[in-house]
Amino acid sequence: MSVYINKDTKVLVQGITGSTALFHTKQMLEYGTKIVAGVTPGKGGTEAEGVPVFNTVEDAVKATGANVSVIYVPAPFAADAILEAVEAELDMAICITEHIPVLDMVKVKRYMEGKKTRLVGPNCPGVITPDECKIGIMPGYIHKKGHVGVVSRSGTLTYEATHQLSEEGIGQSTAVGIGGDPVNGTNFIDVLKEFNEDEDTYAVVMIGEIGGTAEEEAAEWVKANMTKPVVGFIGGQTAPEGKRMGHAGAIISGGKGTAADKIKAMNEAGIEVADTPSVIGETLIKVIKEKGLYDKCKTH
Amino acid sequence: MNIHEYQGKELLRQYGVAVSYGIVAFSPEEAVKAAKELSTDIVVVKAQIHAGGRGKAGGVKIAKNLDEVRAYAKELLGKVLVTHQTGPEGKEIKRLLIEEGSDIKKEYYIGLVLDRQTSRVTLMGSEEGGVDIEEVSENTPEKIFKEIIDPVVGLTGFQARRMAFNMNIPPKLVNKAAKFMLGLYTVFVEKDASIVEINPLVETGDGNILALDAKFDFDENALYRHKDIVELRDFDEEDSKEIEASKYDLSYISLDGNIGCMVNGAGLAMATMDTINYYGGTPANFLDVGGGATAEKVTEAFKIILSDKNVKGIFVNIFGGIMKCDIIAEGVIQAAKEVSLDVPLVVRLEGTNVEIGKKLLNESGLNIVAAGTMADGAKKIVELVG
Repeated sequence: MSVYINKDTKVLVQGITGSTALFHTKQMLEYGTKIVAGVTPGKGGTEAEGVPVFNTVEDAVKATGANVSVIYVPAPFAADAILEAVEAELDMAICITEHIPVLDMVKVKRYMEGKKTRLVGPNCPGVITPDECKIGIMPGYIHKKGHVGVVSRSGTLTYEATHQLSEEGIGQSTAVGIGGDPVNGTNFIDVLKEFNEDEDTYAVVMIGEIGGTAEEEAAEWVKANMTKPVVGFIGGQTAPEGKRMGHAGAIISGGKGTAADKIKAMNEAGIEVADTPSVIGETLIKVIKEKGLYDKCKTH
Repeated sequence: MNIHEYQGKELLRQYGVAVSYGIVAFSPEEAVKAAKELSTDIVVVKAQIHAGGRGKAGGVKIAKNLDEVRAYAKELLGKVLVTHQTGPEGKEIKRLLIEEGSDIKKEYYIGLVLDRQTSRVTLMGSEEGGVDIEEVSENTPEKIFKEIIDPVVGLTGFQARRMAFNMNIPPKLVNKAAKFMLGLYTVFVEKDASIVEINPLVETGDGNILALDAKFDFDENALYRHKDIVELRDFDEEDSKEIEASKYDLSYISLDGNIGCMVNGAGLAMATMDTINYYGGTPANFLDVGGGATAEKVTEAFKIILSDKNVKGIFVNIFGGIMKCDIIAEGVIQAAKEVSLDVPLVVRLEGTNVEIGKKLLNESGLNIVAAGTMADGAKKIVELVG
């Protein structure tokens, strides 16, 4: 078991003929992801990396039965690409694109209310269920199949965490990058709920960063509902106030959104928070040993 | 991207939002000339810098005649103003806003901001204006009112009126206040602002509602569709290294320390700063080279880091996903060839194309200390910098 995606997921790549999309389509195919279609308006009828290309998402879904899309469309057109995926009633749209204007996303979120599709991202590395399906831009080889769920606002910090886990023989059920933008489709609580219900996930790593209050809300949810151990990390403990730290959403403003507040809320919810990203793996191992879950999590 | 108060007011005026009238001046002569064109005897001389708290810091002067305008303009231009938002180094005043004096009856606060919890733009208002709104929010949160705006219909008339009533704006001025708020919202969405703050919004003796100050911040990701806003950018207000970095789409922020950092990914870049700090060092910068960086961009990033004279060592920390390790390696090698690299360099590479990247660095003949993990790299660079 896993969350969101698995070996049966049929993937559609929006913006497939761009150079980044081509590179990662190849990587995903090599990993074993079932990529059934690509979409680039005007390039319908051609092929990219051996994948048939369509002019619209609707055409691609009709012809191939794709149920999840991954979006590599440039920022000025990315919001529209998400809307197209939602309109086609895909189960999920994973948007990798960075730098989408925030008011575009405000409209997208409003449009998605009551619709079927789940959006992950934007500005995220994607979702991977190791050995089954890799959707996005994460390097596949650092992952290992197993029982720890990973959810994170940062791409590269997710890689850090999963790499450490894999090196220690602790595999992952699914790793979900929710992205670094202030308006995103899927938040920590959505993913934590999934992991809580997934019988193959025994523990969770949650990686947050400064800005907003998503971590505080997630901590409250964990305290009230989570039956599985959660460990965490918060990036930006030394970030100055009022500066946007790369991610559009990573900003401390008016004294709100500090790492200290988030760590405090997480600790109060029983989430052990690693001091540095290099010990996220160690921290998780310590906690699952305490809970008697180490042997179950250790991938043989 | 921030703009000056006078630019913000000009923008508001274009949208029919009431503001106090004024003219920008770059010299005492221009200040006097501007004052002559105003219709009031009392004139306000306001320092234009991208920071709040100017009044308290002595950056706003009330002049009763032209001689006083000249004197205040002379005093302020070239002066370094230190406010609670500038940091101790302050900011040099290079522009003044010469403005008509207003007969202020009462001060209010009105602002628009993105509410992340609801993913909606939110109107915030309070009858406690002219003071630090964060203090109001801390001490008397019941005096701050919010209206969450549905992007389909935008700010509605009834919401604006409800806000005005909540703010205790006199009933006969509520429609004027509502018109003000509706105009403010239109500017916000049409120009892709990320924050608009009017503090204070004032009620004048002659029964008007107008903006006495205007603070705008714009969504950098939307600037591509607002050439008019881009033109308002004042490079004097920004760090020169940050300007240089933005030319190459690098996300760079100057900090006070001595360890230069080059990282891919914002989260990892922040965590790298945290880790350097954890091992007793201080980062000189935040630098995310981004996912689409080329070898040229990496070279420029390196040059920018080295242009900071405080830098005593560099830590390159890469976990390649979308960013390929060989690109980073090529950039580092290229940069080291172009600039004389006389500080220690620690490189940690992991992820996509890591083997090619490591091989390139090994064969480059450069004096590079390799690190296995982020912690290892941080420890090494802290030791080398001493």
